[in-house]
Amino acid sequence: MTQVALFVPCYVDAFFPEVAVATLELLERFGCDVHYPLDQTCCGQPMANSGCEADAAGAEALFVRNFSDVDYIVGPSGSCVHHVREHFTAIEQDDAVRQVRARTFELVEFLHDVLGAREFPWAEFPHVIGLHNGCTSLRKLGTASWSEQAMAPWSKPMTLLQAVKGIRFATPARPDECCGFGGTFSVYEEPVSARMGQDKVADHHRAGAEVIVSADMSCLMHQKGCAERMGLPLRFMHIAQVLNGSPLT
Amino acid sequence: MTERIDHAEASSGFIAASDHLEFHDRRLWDLRGKRDRATAAIPEWEELRTLASQIKEHTLTHLGAYLEQFERAAQANGVTVHWARDAAEHNQVVYDILAARGAKTLVKAKSMLTDECEMRAFLEPRGIEVIETDLGERIQQLDDEPPSHIVVPAVHKLRADVAEVFARTLGTDPNNHDVHYLAESQRRTTRPSFLTADAGMTGANFAVAETGAIVVCTNEGNADLSVHLPKLYIACVGIEKIIPRTEHLGVFVRMLSRSALGSPITQMTSHFRVPRPGTEMHVVLVDNGRSDRLGMDDFWSSLKCIRCGACMNTCPVYRRSGGLSYGATYSGPIGVIIDPAYNLRKYSALPFASTLNGSCTAVCPVRINIHDQIYKWRRVVAERNALPFAKKQAMKMAGKLLASPRLFRAAVEAAGAGVEYLPRVMLYNRLNAWGKQREVPQAPPQTFRQWWLAQRAKKEPR
Repeated sequence: MTQVALFVPCYVDAFFPEVAVATLELLERFGCDVHYPLDQTCCGQPMANSGCEADAAGAEALFVRNFSDVDYIVGPSGSCVHHVREHFTAIEQDDAVRQVRARTFELVEFLHDVLGAREFPWAEFPHVIGLHNGCTSLRKLGTASWSEQAMAPWSKPMTLLQAVKGIRFATPARPDECCGFGGTFSVYEEPVSARMGQDKVADHHRAGAEVIVSADMSCLMHQKGCAERMGLPLRFMHIAQVLNGSPLT
Repeated sequence: MTERIDHAEASSGFIAASDHLEFHDRRLWDLRGKRDRATAAIPEWEELRTLASQIKEHTLTHLGAYLEQFERAAQANGVTVHWARDAAEHNQVVYDILAARGAKTLVKAKSMLTDECEMRAFLEPRGIEVIETDLGERIQQLDDEPPSHIVVPAVHKLRADVAEVFARTLGTDPNNHDVHYLAESQRRTTRPSFLTADAGMTGANFAVAETGAIVVCTNEGNADLSVHLPKLYIACVGIEKIIPRTEHLGVFVRMLSRSALGSPITQMTSHFRVPRPGTEMHVVLVDNGRSDRLGMDDFWSSLKCIRCGACMNTCPVYRRSGGLSYGATYSGPIGVIIDPAYNLRKYSALPFASTLNGSCTAVCPVRINIHDQIYKWRRVVAERNALPFAKKQAMKMAGKLLASPRLFRAAVEAAGAGVEYLPRVMLYNRLNAWGKQREVPQAPPQTFRQWWLAQRAKKEPR
């Protein structure tokens, strides 16, 4: 049985527990033995992305203590996983740290690449969705091909979602333009961040999307905040919820 | 103490003018789309990027030798070569060349380097009239504004703005916003200057070490007129513009305009090598911080930049804040990684004017890892104590809180504290900034951890 430690990013824990529940149940449907380390907090990304790497050391050390000695660490957030893999350098790089970093996966890539999941017979979602790939998932984790480079197109989240009964897709005019969340950018650069978010949700709305679906809940939190303020009739769901068979919420 | 550029504050002014913002975003996104199509039509585009990056890396690794080779070749061609350590030396060298020949008027093509050196502000009080002859650059000169983009300097202006500037400075009809009318008006007022100017000036897109040639890529022909009509020609060249051989132009010229505007090549690719009989040609090789940057482990590769502007066109932050909001000669992603090297404190906010989305890196024709360098500059800003005090304190507190499961749980699970607390964890200060144009997420009745303890913990071996 595949042993998985569930990594629930701090903002998912506090604001979007249903996303963590869907992630857990989905992994269990594919036969994983999922364990949730109770002392987890955060991966350290907010401090490191602000330049204050030393301030991330405590969170990083704690992350390693929580997640040592498992086969896989899986979390429903691309930028957090990317931080662990690529930027997790505030602490000394011993064997335990190196192992944790190498074993940490974003949910979609874990389903697609490691478990080879292609069928979701329990899931039905008769709605038009706009797929949003967070920039870190897209250009750094390579979850899908990106528009700046001519390449044979691929999309791991699209491959998974296409197996869901009844689902239809709306394609926005700028499919991989950043939505403007950017972590602390969202508050330190509020005018540009909000404008980017408004443009993003308007683009999806014009394309005919009912629901914006993403593997990155932080992007969705920002977009949802923008859409609600603008009065747009859009819903927002994490890809784990759709793949796990949750109805439209 | 230098004033810190507040990009966020400046961008809010830009965003408030929504017709300008929408035009700016659309115009530059259109260039990005043209660039995508032009590059996709070259099957070996990604290999070209790698090759271009390697040529630049090789050249920068042997920069001293190639600069000296260039100097020898140029001198053999009858060109006078000058070296300038910094902006002040550059401006003085140019002034001395002009003053020694009694030159009072200078027609010039676009050059980011002369903007970087603030050359016009140095020459004009000393009695030299400088006339920008690139249309966009001329608009900006007449409006007394710096360029907002390194390729399309007045891209932030609407036609009506240009009509207003020309009416005020050239006496044109303020109500005629027709593009052809405006371009023709500028042309009629600028062209006579070519015939009467004492000297001409260009920058350089490339300087070829083996031949001593200056290569200038333009779309308006103004560089050629600036060089060929006056009796004195001065080229101002940043030392990173050197390429070893003419054949390398076969890589860079293919990439430059495709990356910049999505066109296969600029209208004119001019090679200036030997002064015409009876005239003089001078080249000023300028360092101005480039050698220092070359010595920076994390940032030296920014010197590979060929100034195509592709990173600016694709940058969602740049498109929505405008080049002037960066308060620097170089704006957009490339500016964000160059400007702090000139003045860390003044430009300390710029590395934070990015979502780290990585689109800039993906379009860069010479494969500069722009978004990685933005990330690294943030650390330099913090380590050199150039973060705002409140932000620094907030990060210190967040770091302590997130290092302690007990403190973290207490904060998250305190009754009703979710909504107030969590934005603070994630967003730190400027707390109310989230809610200005966005709804705050609703805190659910229980966190995931509470759900797990209630539903699943019994299965958990403790």
